[in-house]
Amino acid sequence: MSGAHLAVRGIGKSFRGLRAVSDVAFDVPGGAIHALIGPNGAGKTTCFNMIAGVFAPDTGDIRLDDRSIAGLRPDQICGAGIGRTFQIVKPFMGLTVEENVTIGALARTSHVPEARAAARQILRDLGLDDRRHVRAVNLTLPDRKRLEVARALATGPRLLLLDEVMAGLRPTETDQMVAFLKDLNARTGITILLIEHVMRAVMALSQHIVVLHHGEKIAEGTPQAVTRDPAVLEVYLGQESH
Amino acid sequence: MSIWRRLTDGVPARALGALGLLAALLVVAPFLLRFMSAGDYWLSILILVVYFSYIGQAWNIMMGFAGQLSLGHAIYLGLGGYVAAALYVNLGIGPWLGVFVAVAAAMLAGGLIGFLGFRFSLAGVYFALLTIAFAEFTRILFDHFKWVGGSGGLFLKVEADGSAFNLQGSPLLFYYVILALAAAVFVLCRWLLTSRLGYYWLAIREDPEAAQAAGINVLRTKLLAVLISAGLTAIGGVWSAFYYKSLFPESAFSMGRSIEVTLAPIIGGLGTLFGPIIGSALLVGLGDLFTSLAEWLANTWDVKTAGLKQIGYGIALLLIVMFRRDGVWPWLARRLGFDRQREDRP
Repeated sequence: MSGAHLAVRGIGKSFRGLRAVSDVAFDVPGGAIHALIGPNGAGKTTCFNMIAGVFAPDTGDIRLDDRSIAGLRPDQICGAGIGRTFQIVKPFMGLTVEENVTIGALARTSHVPEARAAARQILRDLGLDDRRHVRAVNLTLPDRKRLEVARALATGPRLLLLDEVMAGLRPTETDQMVAFLKDLNARTGITILLIEHVMRAVMALSQHIVVLHHGEKIAEGTPQAVTRDPAVLEVYLGQESH
Repeated sequence: MSIWRRLTDGVPARALGALGLLAALLVVAPFLLRFMSAGDYWLSILILVVYFSYIGQAWNIMMGFAGQLSLGHAIYLGLGGYVAAALYVNLGIGPWLGVFVAVAAAMLAGGLIGFLGFRFSLAGVYFALLTIAFAEFTRILFDHFKWVGGSGGLFLKVEADGSAFNLQGSPLLFYYVILALAAAVFVLCRWLLTSRLGYYWLAIREDPEAAQAAGINVLRTKLLAVLISAGLTAIGGVWSAFYYKSLFPESAFSMGRSIEVTLAPIIGGLGTLFGPIIGSALLVGLGDLFTSLAEWLANTWDVKTAGLKQIGYGIALLLIVMFRRDGVWPWLARRLGFDRQREDRP
């Protein structure tokens, strides 16, 4: 398994005349870990939803390994090799942890025992194996976040979209998740794009950051460059820029 | 062997033993009933229990597994019964052949309802309304459909040369046919639940959006639930038409009949395999209990008790639903130690 190259080309989306995202473009090379940051309402999740196929962009194109995926359904996007998590976690509440992840793994194989074995491996990697027979409804929030990642990973993606998987985690849990994702990326070469507010995680993980504000890209670059960018500082800290 | 392992994987041995015992008991029940007074009567009660557990199981595939509420299953029962009966009465085509046409007709109707509903993202009660509407359309259509007798009804004659080949005979024949069907649908449902399709249904029931993000073609998967449920229900409709030997649009496609289908799995436990069986036994048993009570009151004390059965039945259902919200079976299974693997059942 190796990472896929994501190319976002000038995508835009309006909801009832309100522009949520306009003309956003960025690249995530195969095997890279990039972050998408910005204040609340900047359009991060809208961008994710367009990439994941929840809705089609009004303008622009999205390409995965140079194949256009804009306008495909979410299940087709999953089949094309993109796994996603939801900001507000959506585990299959009434099902066990193992069943949740098995369902993800069934995207790759129709053989249930094989899918279950793949699920077990991912649960071990994420430290959820001892809770595999617990129903998702009885999990704590950090465990639900891990389950969300596990289910997305089980579908065998070449690009992983993570929507605030660190939010609500304690610092030690954040560090565990960061370590897991780093190791996963190093081991499999999977491409990762994350939306994150926890800067501790963003700085530790990403090689490149794209900053959105009011639906537009206002900056991008290395973590060090972005955090010194006056436009970014203004957005986050409200400084006068002149 | 591997199919057996797949079907029984994770099922406690005592649950399997109990199931075997239940199956054996049901097979020999008619012989045991011969030694009882009013054995024929009890056989007719048992036939009803098995029949409602069969169609309950079929409905449960849609609601219990895939989470799609159908309140119009009478359309599949009615179509199944009417198609097989009309082919037999009008063209002399026997039910063992007619059942295939009946299943095809029901699947066609189910496919149409499902496609319309799911394509335009009708969910929950709105989808349920659509299923009711289609059952009603069909009732009105059949009221004016002369080839099948219109509102006057369609009747199957009791024939001298009737045999199992044209599904005519004693209640014993009908008992074993419906028992075989119920056993087959039980195994089929278990098999489906251990397949990819079964997992996908549960995923859609729990969260359609997350299911789609996990790569599931939601429209196709939901349609499969409707098609399978409709086809199986139609087989029950064929059986029922030949057992009762008369069909009227007014009752065959009625709302009451649709509701009747849903009660056993709801009372017994949605999405469980034993729910429809336990629920059916409880419902038929309660119904009979209140009928007997009303008769006894009338005969012994000369108390007029019109409606007692309905009121008693209603109150009993209310109590069961109030105190066993997930149905009777999940609670009973815990009591009997039949729980599978899950360590955190509430």
